Amino acid sequence: MVSHEIATLHREGESSRTQPRLDFPPYRSSLLRHPTKVLQQVDPEDVELLAPVFGHSDVGPVEADLTIQGRGEPIGERLVVTGRVLDGEGRPVRHQLVEVWQANAAGRYVHKRDQHPAPLDPHFTGVGRCLTDGDGWYRFTTIKPGPYPWRNHHNAWRPAHIHFSLFGTAFTQRSITQMYFPGDPLLALDPIYQAITDPAARDRLVATYDHELTQHEWATGYRWDVVLTGSRSTPVEREDDHA
Amino acid sequence: MPDLPGPPDLPGLPATPGQTVGPFFHDALPYERDHELVPPATPGAVRLHGVVRDGAGEPVPDALIEIRQADADGAVPEVEGSLVRDGGFTGWGRAATDPSGRYSFTTVEPGGAFFAVVVFARGLLDRLFTRAYLPGRDLDADPLLSRLAPGDRETLVAVREPDGSLRFDVHLQGDRETVFLSFPRGGAR
Ligand SMILES: [Fe+2]
Repeated sequence: MVSHEIATLHREGESSRTQPRLDFPPYRSSLLRHPTKVLQQVDPEDVELLAPVFGHSDVGPVEADLTIQGRGEPIGERLVVTGRVLDGEGRPVRHQLVEVWQANAAGRYVHKRDQHPAPLDPHFTGVGRCLTDGDGWYRFTTIKPGPYPWRNHHNAWRPAHIHFSLFGTAFTQRSITQMYFPGDPLLALDPIYQAITDPAARDRLVATYDHELTQHEWATGYRWDVVLTGSRSTPVEREDDHA
Repeated sequence: MPDLPGPPDLPGLPATPGQTVGPFFHDALPYERDHELVPPATPGAVRLHGVVRDGAGEPVPDALIEIRQADADGAVPEVEGSLVRDGGFTGWGRAATDPSGRYSFTTVEPGGAFFAVVVFARGLLDRLFTRAYLPGRDLDADPLLSRLAPGDRETLVAVREPDGSLRFDVHLQGDRETVFLSFPRGGAR
């Protein structure tokens, strides 16, 4: 029934929108939480154009490896997820913060409000962060998250995903999204993913399996690039760009 | 109901779509003193706080607010240290709402006209930008506020509480729906 609603909305709606519809009734929680007024277009001022700055005092290198936070190895398929954070003109977003969180291999979050009767993993918090390098690359080592049920409708299951929080060079590029895995049969049924009505835009949330990233007898590899909205037309050089 | 038109697609690389922050971000995004841009005992410290509500007027207990602001002299800091809060003023903070939908920052009043605000929540499929203007300034001169109807304008101006704090409620929907913003060229400069 929810699948029916999704199909109807896809038929009726514009199909060339990059961003999700905020009003997407198949995602029940959006009903009372989407604005109904038109967004006011406004020229950003300085405070909106300057993103916060993060550095090595904020984030330690071990935080990018979600498999070494416990006293032992987490259960699951070990994987490397890496890609570049770019602006709309393809320029790298350098030395910027990337935060991730995810369920464990059984589809369970550590979160106190997660009621899914699947096991917690004492060796896995599902939380990580890193800074992009000078070319905009981020890289995490983690385990593959499991799908999990939620209460949106009968027998609703979220496709496996990793939540990503991203900053650009401008505060107006601030973004939070979810990365999915290729070939997941739950993607077609998921109201959150399907709230993006343009199929090409939806595809941009799906990582690519990359055998070049797969490490012999260690971990499978996935590539996922992120493009943030807009860019600065005049890049502001920082001293460390020349380092 | 047809959805409102979204921002136009930009030339260049198409942007990666946003998705909801979901209900399970609390172990990942909040951190110690995330909402303290300055320590509470700092001379001149002010609280910026409010409640996030949905279209039925119910508090939203799983929202996340971030602010970006100038310092008291109007300069926007570009210094690291926000995640450790062991030094200078970074001009950025983060606060999750509590079970009654409340958020609170401890900061200084910016030298500029407003705090830049971004809102995330479970049920909200993409982030929303808005502004919390300081009350008592010449708001008619502001290019955004001056073109808004009085009821809409009111949603963007923080209220000075008797204790000196600044109250800025966010209404995601409804009669008092907050004015949310989009930026030309996705915020390109
Ligand atoms: Fe999730």
